[in-house]
Amino acid sequence: MFFQETTPDTSGYMIAGYVIAFVVMGLYVASIYLRSRNLRQDMSLLEEMDKPAPAPAVMEKKSAAKPTGAKATKTVTKRKARN
Amino acid sequence: MESKPVALRILDIVSIVVLLIAAYLALVFAPTELVMGDVQRVFYFHIGTAWTALLGFIVAAVFSVVYLINKDLKWDRLQVAAIEVSLVFFFVTIVLGSIWARPAWNTWWTWDPRLTTAAVTELIYIAYFMLRQGIDDPDRRARFGAVYALVGGISAPITFFAIRLFRSIHPVVVGSANANQDKLPLTADMKVAFFFALFAFTVIFIDLFWNRIRLGDLQNKVEQLKLKVTM
Repeated sequence: MFFQETTPDTSGYMIAGYVIAFVVMGLYVASIYLRSRNLRQDMSLLEEMDKPAPAPAVMEKKSAAKPTGAKATKTVTKRKARN
Repeated sequence: MESKPVALRILDIVSIVVLLIAAYLALVFAPTELVMGDVQRVFYFHIGTAWTALLGFIVAAVFSVVYLINKDLKWDRLQVAAIEVSLVFFFVTIVLGSIWARPAWNTWWTWDPRLTTAAVTELIYIAYFMLRQGIDDPDRRARFGAVYALVGGISAPITFFAIRLFRSIHPVVVGSANANQDKLPLTADMKVAFFFALFAFTVIFIDLFWNRIRLGDLQNKVEQLKLKVTM
């Protein structure tokens, strides 16, 4: 190569080099984006799981409002007797 | 996680622009080298990526020292980010060098001191990620990683000085030891493309490094949340 008089045509190697350089860097940028997106999805799922369950005090109030147990049975029996 | 800072968004755009300008200067603006032909144009990206990668490995070694002193995991995340981006850049350096070597030396690869030390450096940092994968405890992982990156950091200056210390067929482009030779044997237009490529890859490295740090922070938050949810 170094003893020739004309400049050799090595453009194929140059194109290959630049294509590989751009592809590798592009893949790395894509990997950062994809990993970041997956982590954000994991984060939102974990935050959802981490949300506190409804407080027990609220549950008690709700259950107190509804007729339950023996009281409810009594009401039904009274209605049946009237009929 | 909070949205991307405006400065990082601007840096993302600037990185794309400088990369395109660097490609234009290397492929169109710089004249064709008479002996090697067009393949010499890969030299601009080859040196640009090599410079930032070797600097990144040294910066990672500095982060290791800081971590070992104050034991703050933030420094561990900075170290991982620097090494990952440098590893990608150094892979590009090696591939471009190999592509240049085929028409210039009539071989894709030879066990020349520079090529050997470069391959060893790349393998050292691939092994670094394998080591980290094998350790679950974050503090232990960070401690082992820091010591490894500190020792591995020595390979960066060895790679840089390999062509100056040992007999090598790899050309010495910057700061040739030969007093009769120009310190940078390039034409004026080639120098423009060369220095712009160095600048462009420094900007791109900083941009990728910043993005990778944010990814590490997010990873850390997810790990902490996982622990909280499972307990």
